[in-house]
Amino acid sequence: MTAAAARRWPAEGVARVPYWVYSDRDLFEEEQERIFRGATWNFLCLGAELPKPNSYRTSAVGAMPVVVTRDAEGKLHAFENRCAHRGSLLCINERGEARDIVCVYHNWSYDLAGNLTGVAFRKGMAGKGGMPPDARPDENPPRKLRVETIGGLIFGTLSDKTPPLEEYLGPEIAKGIRRVMRAPVRVLGGYSQMLPSNWKLYMENVKDSYHASLLHTFFTTFRLNRLSQKGGLVISETGGNHISYSLAADTGGKEYEQAGMRAAQEGFGLEAPQMLHHVDEYGDGIGLQILSVSPTFVLQQTRNSLAVRRLVTHGIERTELVWTIFGFADDDEAMTERRLQQANLIGPAGYISMEDGAAPGFVQRGVNTAADVLSVVEMGGRGIKSEDTRVTEASVRGFWTFYRAQMGL
Amino acid sequence: MNVETTFKVQELQARYIQALDGDKLEDWPNFFTEACRYLVTTADNLAQGMPLGMIYATSRAMLRDRVRSLREANVYEAQRYRHMIGPPVLEEGEGGVVRARTNFMVVRTMHTGETLLFATGVYDDRIVLEGSEAPCFKEKIVVLDSRQIDTLLAIPL
Repeated sequence: MTAAAARRWPAEGVARVPYWVYSDRDLFEEEQERIFRGATWNFLCLGAELPKPNSYRTSAVGAMPVVVTRDAEGKLHAFENRCAHRGSLLCINERGEARDIVCVYHNWSYDLAGNLTGVAFRKGMAGKGGMPPDARPDENPPRKLRVETIGGLIFGTLSDKTPPLEEYLGPEIAKGIRRVMRAPVRVLGGYSQMLPSNWKLYMENVKDSYHASLLHTFFTTFRLNRLSQKGGLVISETGGNHISYSLAADTGGKEYEQAGMRAAQEGFGLEAPQMLHHVDEYGDGIGLQILSVSPTFVLQQTRNSLAVRRLVTHGIERTELVWTIFGFADDDEAMTERRLQQANLIGPAGYISMEDGAAPGFVQRGVNTAADVLSVVEMGGRGIKSEDTRVTEASVRGFWTFYRAQMGL
Repeated sequence: MNVETTFKVQELQARYIQALDGDKLEDWPNFFTEACRYLVTTADNLAQGMPLGMIYATSRAMLRDRVRSLREANVYEAQRYRHMIGPPVLEEGEGGVVRARTNFMVVRTMHTGETLLFATGVYDDRIVLEGSEAPCFKEKIVVLDSRQIDTLLAIPL
């Protein structure tokens, strides 16, 4: 019996989450098969991370190591980072330029599409050794991923059953991606965080628009939310993908900075609020847009700070959160500086995201000995409909709707 | 480089890490010039010519904002650092500014007792030696060897 079959989801449906989902080791293995190697699209990297033909970079799908390449003609490919021979990693560097991929262990070589092209000493040396004539060295080749892109984001899937990317995303999510990815990208840098928690706890955190103003008190402490910010939540039909957005509280004008200074003089506010000065580069007044695509992709616009995030599931309680922060090739110096300053809001030291590295771990520590207890997820009702409020857990329930469908739970 | 300069730099570095390790965060901005540059980045970002930092400040006011946020806004478990630094390698700059490159290691101890080698890297500093507030940092670039941070980076490095 599979781990999923041995478990029964509570009768209340996605308004309850049983804590065993974060601690069942067999379930973790099954997720690799049914979710990450299943009918899902997994974000691999930005196209801008492979700027030239004949280049590669490594990534992951769940726990599986993956190589993403751009071949001589500029075509993108992705395949498992595992040699057909002894299973060694093919690429041991994070990125590089290459016309072919050569396994370091026994020099078996591959083209950039992941096809085995050469076996060292296949015919032996001086008539001795080598493989039998009927040997099939590519009997167990690295698995190839189907690759699709949207707005310069590269996604891959290992399953033939995955619908086309656009369909998987749903029209509103696709629109939200194209909105942010408005021009050719310039990568500004990256880093990662090792989270002491299950991957699903981080994804729930991302989709949980309810916690934002409660856990992250940076904006309220410094009285930076001057107006009740209008916003809302968009959830894809599958439940798995979401957008949470809010309008910028200010128009980015002097008024805002002066208010900030005033608050600072009164002992509230920031001394240097210029850091937050937002330019409405999209012309729609939206100051925050968090977008997720299940299983593990996040696209974030926090004012002028833009980033993609993905997860590598190293273990049941060990998840790496990989950040790539970017701007656009046509940014002027002032915009680049603005993005770098606003990067203070995000990442492991981010004013508003530092807590997100730890909070999933707090849950993990709390529930490890409560496998059969249920979490009540009823903020905003029990459904997964889009709403014009963010005081709801609808997109968390959306995630579990997606999860249950994938896992057959 | 004369012995006196070396001594001044080492003394500044020692007081700097003592302030951080002793939870005297309010003193931290005073180790910098009013207009300054403090950047925590990774060796990988630098090698690729990428400007991104995890923490980035261009004034003492921004450093004070960070301290106030850590004290009043951000939520993180009680923890402390222990910095160990090596001897600085000095280079004479212009206008009484010295460049100092100093290896560091930081061990982080959580309130639970869990102790972890948290960060290693190099401080690439520009230090002002003349003036009423000297010596102090005009620029401090914290270059982390690893691009990976365990859980979060709350206290500055």
